[in-house]
Amino acid sequence: MKLNNIKLIAIAMLVSFTAYNCSNDDDNNFVPMQQTPLDFSGTYVQEDQMGRPAINTVFVSPEDKNTFNVTVPSGQNAVFQSKFQDKLEALNPAHTDPMYTNALGFNAEQFTGALATDVLTVSLTGTTTFFDGTNVLTGRALGDDVISTELLLIFGGPTGADNPGLTNDNVSANDKPFSASFPYLASPW
Amino acid sequence: MKKSKILIGAAVIAIAGFFTIAADHIDAPAVAGGTSDITDIYGFQGQDSDNIVFVANVQGLISPANTASAAFDENVLFEFNIDNNGDAIEDLVIQATARNGKMYFFGPTAPTQTGLNSTIATTAATNSVDITSYGSSAIVESNNDMRFFAGPRDDPFFMDFVRYTQIVTPGDDDGDGMEEGAFLPEGTGDGFASDTFAGTNVLSIVIELPKSMVGSGDSVNFWVESKRKQ
Repeated sequence: MKLNNIKLIAIAMLVSFTAYNCSNDDDNNFVPMQQTPLDFSGTYVQEDQMGRPAINTVFVSPEDKNTFNVTVPSGQNAVFQSKFQDKLEALNPAHTDPMYTNALGFNAEQFTGALATDVLTVSLTGTTTFFDGTNVLTGRALGDDVISTELLLIFGGPTGADNPGLTNDNVSANDKPFSASFPYLASPW
Repeated sequence: MKKSKILIGAAVIAIAGFFTIAADHIDAPAVAGGTSDITDIYGFQGQDSDNIVFVANVQGLISPANTASAAFDENVLFEFNIDNNGDAIEDLVIQATARNGKMYFFGPTAPTQTGLNSTIATTAATNSVDITSYGSSAIVESNNDMRFFAGPRDDPFFMDFVRYTQIVTPGDDDGDGMEEGAFLPEGTGDGFASDTFAGTNVLSIVIELPKSMVGSGDSVNFWVESKRKQ
């Protein structure tokens, strides 16, 4: 009798424990499931950051690349705008003339002033694209040819016709199609 | 003709030596090839036009042979920063970090502190999703109109980086007796442009959520940071 009671209690405990585990297997209710709690403590310190594509790669000099990644966006313009302008003028010497603009109508100072705060502006009201022929810098979609857009804005001048061999890398699409539905990116190779 | 050649030549020389690899793949020595290296971010309207989608890709140029063993670093926090009042300071963050085969998500929530140092907003825990393993169908979790994915994907970035390198490197790099002064024409095979990132993978984190959860204005500013536990 006593033994049976102990067994019953043990079974009851086991059942309740199992039931607890089962309910915890429902991923839709976020509760850490492990019997030992997950450790989310501590301070996390910045190593990399990114806004618009290729900004650090194109406009930041080797000695500044690590610094750029740990400079908060709101502080980047003060430190990097003039350096970006030097770089743009070296890439396309026509930009040393302040009257010379790119296809956005920006001269070197204006263009690098916009780029030196490295955040990606994303529209909440309309088309989201880096450049689709009509909309400019309203987001970044998976299929956007961002490199050709940047080459055009760096080398192409006011009409996009300058330096024709350098304004398009002629790779205009990804090697796998994207999905129209979540998670949108293509499966791995 | 001559003048434009000189211009291109000057540009080519100027580029050489500092253009490493695009978009943000291996962008700086401290993170190159490491588990905190962000390769690209994307922000676009979802299939449901009431939603916005944020993507962060990390650890670029993973070959198919190495993809099964590629893993998110449990000591790295990925922070999706959202500025919704135009001052380039984050008003909201969505945090993602991996533990035991799952990606855990926190927010969107106002960070306890902005800037370079973060703590995980455990009181704003949102969801978790099993990290999709290589070769498996994408595992998606959803709750409160939000969707979550983490795992290997094809690198969506494309560029003829090889040709770019040839252009910016002085001299004849492809052995045709001429210095490369322009990109190659569109087409297939030798002598045509090709995508250097074709056939390579990244580790992706994808979040979709209602636009109303990130801001009420016309746009937001978005950027992603990787942060390592100290």
